[in-house]
Amino acid sequence: MPQVARNALSFALFAIGIAVVWEVVKLLGGEPTDMWQPPFQWKIATDLNMPHIWDIGGAFVEPAQRNGPALGAVLVDAAVFTFREAFGGFVIGALLGLALAIVFVHSPFLERALVPYVVASQTVPIIAIAPVVVIWLQAGWLSVAVISAYLTFFPVTIAGIRGLRSPDPRALELMRSYAASRRDVLVKVRLPAAAPYLFTALKVAATASVVGAIIGELPSGIRDGLGGAILNFNQYYISGPAKLWAAIIVAALVGIAFFVLVRGAEIVLLRGRLGRTQA
Amino acid sequence: MSSRLRQYAPAVAVFIGVLVLWELAVRVLSIQQFLLPRPTAIAAAFAEHFEELVVVGRNTLVEAVGGLAIGAAAAFAVAFATARWATASRALLPFAIAANSVPIIAFAPIMNNWFGILNPLSKMMVVAVLVFFPIMINTLRGLTLVDQSSLELMRSYAASEREIFTKVRIPNALPYIFTALKVSATLSLIGAIVAEYFGGSQSVLGQFIITEAAFFRFANAWAAIIVASAVSIAFFGTILAVERVTIPWHASARHGDAT
Amino acid sequence: MSDAVVTIRGATKVFDVGADQTRALDGIDLDVGKGAFVSLIGPSGCGKSTLLRLIGDLTQPTAGQVQVNGKSAHQARIDRDYGIVFQSPVLFDWRTVEENVELPLEVGGVDKRKRAQRAQAMLALVELTGFEKRYPWQLSGGMQQRVAIARALSFEPAILLMDEPFGALDEMTRERLNLELLGIWRQTGTTIVFVTHSIPEAVFLSTKVVVMSARPGRIVDVIDVDLPQPRSDLTREDPRYFSFITRVRESLRGRVEGASLRAGS
Repeated sequence: MPQVARNALSFALFAIGIAVVWEVVKLLGGEPTDMWQPPFQWKIATDLNMPHIWDIGGAFVEPAQRNGPALGAVLVDAAVFTFREAFGGFVIGALLGLALAIVFVHSPFLERALVPYVVASQTVPIIAIAPVVVIWLQAGWLSVAVISAYLTFFPVTIAGIRGLRSPDPRALELMRSYAASRRDVLVKVRLPAAAPYLFTALKVAATASVVGAIIGELPSGIRDGLGGAILNFNQYYISGPAKLWAAIIVAALVGIAFFVLVRGAEIVLLRGRLGRTQA
Repeated sequence: MSSRLRQYAPAVAVFIGVLVLWELAVRVLSIQQFLLPRPTAIAAAFAEHFEELVVVGRNTLVEAVGGLAIGAAAAFAVAFATARWATASRALLPFAIAANSVPIIAFAPIMNNWFGILNPLSKMMVVAVLVFFPIMINTLRGLTLVDQSSLELMRSYAASEREIFTKVRIPNALPYIFTALKVSATLSLIGAIVAEYFGGSQSVLGQFIITEAAFFRFANAWAAIIVASAVSIAFFGTILAVERVTIPWHASARHGDAT
Repeated sequence: MSDAVVTIRGATKVFDVGADQTRALDGIDLDVGKGAFVSLIGPSGCGKSTLLRLIGDLTQPTAGQVQVNGKSAHQARIDRDYGIVFQSPVLFDWRTVEENVELPLEVGGVDKRKRAQRAQAMLALVELTGFEKRYPWQLSGGMQQRVAIARALSFEPAILLMDEPFGALDEMTRERLNLELLGIWRQTGTTIVFVTHSIPEAVFLSTKVVVMSARPGRIVDVIDVDLPQPRSDLTREDPRYFSFITRVRESLRGRVEGASLRAGS
């Protein structure tokens, strides 16, 4: 069985495993029904805190609001909305990060001047800035894309510098023996060598940009995205706990889907290279 | 010593230069204060709210550290348990990697409901889940990606699996574990702050930032963000120091591989 | 007397390592004739690799002159007068075998069709026809080195510089590649400067063996190896082969007075 299929199967098995454990927990410590009296009483396992798996599934097909469209449809729209913000930011951030890495590798002065900040920024809780950015920029889509771009740009820069510097020094000597220009060296040696490093960073950035998009939606009052949906269903949790869970599951799927997308691109673009396509 | 000076001079120059330019630009161009506060305004805000910032900073740090402890403990337990069975760990890995790409933050409202919105444990649990996967993946890798020759050597000494575990696998795993812990230091603080955005006690950094930003008191918000950064860097630095003491023989502890 | 393709006069290379200075090379005089196969041999630290890099303008002399193909070493590099092969193949793992061989031609701006033709020809020369579309990791160490040689020759340079190219290979592969290299040398008429650690290899391959000493790096002996051409497995049984090996070994042990000698052809 090819690796991809095996991974998908592992994941599916685990998801099913979790669902089974979930219901078993409820069986043991949840709310009593006419037919079954659980041996324990766990606060966590009440129907309010842990809706039954089938209730969550059912919530997808029921209307989100009175007479509105089905929750599933609402969530899909919200997911697409959030994904577009995340993806836009991701692309901008990736291009910016790569450009910066190229500049740093070619200018030791700029590197010494600026890289300490790039590195220090990895320890800054960047997401803390999200509310400030969003309130500054007012405009909905742009502010969220900026946050996603910001979250993508740092890991890509760091990975880019590492990757662009990774070629064997003898490969660079070889290019010198061909009297190759710096541009040739960049395009023919450094960039291809950097690709595996960049993809590792991009996979991390994919998740980060989805998280950034969701967080960005919270303070900005954007209601069309998943962040808004989560806030909304959280507010009205008592009346429909399954809906919040449904929204969270969709958010999780968006994160995973984006990751898989980047991984797919990695497999295609890095085909031929032995053992480099590791997650 | 002068070569070190030359090394750091451009960065320091940039820092000072940016601060000065920022201050001047805001004054001279009279950019609206609430869009981009002057550095001096931020410094003033920091001084004015110092005590409050210390309190909220400490509360958030407690959430971060607590969550990291819980998450790391769980991650070690799972990693140690599955390292023995190669098939189990290989099966676990794709799930863990996929789970790592889930926006864990989305679970914050659930944690609030489960553990109580005012209870710091609800934020700690978000942090715990956030750091669980990177730590588990790295620990597992460190325990299993052992040089085949080392294993053969130990077997030639008729060492038991347990001895192999303690004498080879665990030391091998330490660099991986510290890498994960360093990343998690940052993650835990981010997780705590963002989890706070979903509501709870008011005297935490996340709420402070949101409240001040909502009232357009950006100088205060930025002062809090700087506190968050400082705490994060300090946390990272602490783990780095522990790493240097614990595994001084490892390359990355030797020359602080930052890039 | 053939024209000298490489002329080195008084070349000195000093490396500054903090407070210490290392004299990697000290007053080297050397001529390499056109079409010659010259080996540089000596203990670790004798500067043979450094000397090779001086010829290739991959490093510059602290003092002295290096002329290649009648020009400065620098100009020779710009004009792409030489190809270089290292101890490890240094193939790009994201390029197929064919694309790897075409690399210098791409850099040199040769058009697509001509590149493909040259690559095919070179791969035939090293007997790797049929492997064009493979990736480096799919080839053995010996095959990878042959690709590296094909690449070094793809733009028909006058000179081939080789830095212990077979050092990482097993004995049998090495002997086979030695024969192949001699075949290629005969076919292309390229001048070869070859660095090696192995005395038998140096004697087997070369028309001239340059023996060097370490600390500082100097030439202590130049030995004309006038074994008959073309060389083959039979050469390895020739008693003169063994006496040359002994002679090189004795030079290395310092029985011959150290001096920098000018080599006649």
